[in-house]
Amino acid sequence: MGCQSWIAKLDAYLDGELQPADAHAVSEHLRECAACAAESLSRVQMKRAVQIAGQKYIPDEAFRARVQSSIAPRRRLAWGRLWIPAFASLALLLIVGGSYLSLLNQRRSSQQLLSELADLHVATLASSNPVDVVSTDRHTVKPWFEGKIPFTFNLPELQNTPFTLVGGRVAYLSQSPGAELIFRVRQHQLSVFIFQERAAGDFAAGNSDQSAQSFTVRSWSHKGLRYFVVGDVAAADLDKLSDLLKAAQ
Amino acid sequence: MCVSERLPPESFEQLAMPLFERLYNFACWLTQDRHEAEDLVQETYAKALKGFSSFQAGTNFRAWIYKILRNAFLNSRSGLKSATVPIDGEDGESVLPAIQENPESILLQRNDWQLVQSALEQLPVAHREVLLLCEVEEMSYQEIAATLAIPIGTVMSRLSRARLALRSAVQGMQKPGEMKKS
Repeated sequence: MGCQSWIAKLDAYLDGELQPADAHAVSEHLRECAACAAESLSRVQMKRAVQIAGQKYIPDEAFRARVQSSIAPRRRLAWGRLWIPAFASLALLLIVGGSYLSLLNQRRSSQQLLSELADLHVATLASSNPVDVVSTDRHTVKPWFEGKIPFTFNLPELQNTPFTLVGGRVAYLSQSPGAELIFRVRQHQLSVFIFQERAAGDFAAGNSDQSAQSFTVRSWSHKGLRYFVVGDVAAADLDKLSDLLKAAQ
Repeated sequence: MCVSERLPPESFEQLAMPLFERLYNFACWLTQDRHEAEDLVQETYAKALKGFSSFQAGTNFRAWIYKILRNAFLNSRSGLKSATVPIDGEDGESVLPAIQENPESILLQRNDWQLVQSALEQLPVAHREVLLLCEVEEMSYQEIAATLAIPIGTVMSRLSRARLALRSAVQGMQKPGEMKKS
């Protein structure tokens, strides 16, 4: 088969649309043919560039709220039908008050979010391939995230600290991609999650120290990003790593 | 995103809102105007909510709502204008005419995505949308076919032509010194 026939399959191959046998054949050819490999590299670069360039426009929160409220009335009715009978009377509702409910909802969603992060941390600990980029070098790990997540962040210098960077992976929270960075301190592993604020949803604003499933969590917000440090180490270690991360931003 | 059971109206918000940012981005690329894009997204959500009872459980919700957005765009003033821009015949071969016709394989620098952004803006809507659905939305050919209401073969040929057009546009914008041979 001439190179033209292989090139003809290249787009479908790179788009993941070839049958496994065909994909294997293309892959084998690319190993042997420098011209096709170069063409393949060029197309991969263009795919990547379009992927990054294409994520250009971000809606503002006010517009999102407007659209959400335009589709929400049905939900509110259902919400009312489910919850109002749960309260003994309207009087009790008034006593409890809207603010208390709002606080309760926020706490509940914060707790759910912390549990989700603890689950992600446990899954990382249990995984045989806990990180997608394995490196102790912050100058390797940070660039790896370029194009994979819609924001950037800085990593601290860890020399003369008890912490070692193990690597990183892309994590998802509320369908939003973010960074999960794994650090080691003595025999313990810590996960640092970084997400855009909107992914953290109703998470209680400001800095907070909380716990989930016996893991301790430190969280703070900086320039539209929310940081979570999750681990089972001493609080002092969590604070120290948090301070290093804050200082690096 | 596939669903296999009958969906209560309340689930519309759960299915539709996670796609909000992406739909808005796609709408901006189609219209090239943020105000028009907002109108388009709002219209899409209103239409999708109204038609949600007719949404067939078990089919692809994402393709369904993108299709609504695109149809709304095609009926808008910008959409009607874009429909008059002819796209080269799509019945021809479905692959990118390769190396001989386009001897300079371009190697992009890390920050060339801005160049690609400008090149994307120059493409006809039909090329831009198929590229965005494939690369940004990471839709399969089948999903793209459902969204654009065209056969998979046409998706492949349109993608090939769109990629060729994009490549030419990027090459045209790159300074000669920045272009590298493969």
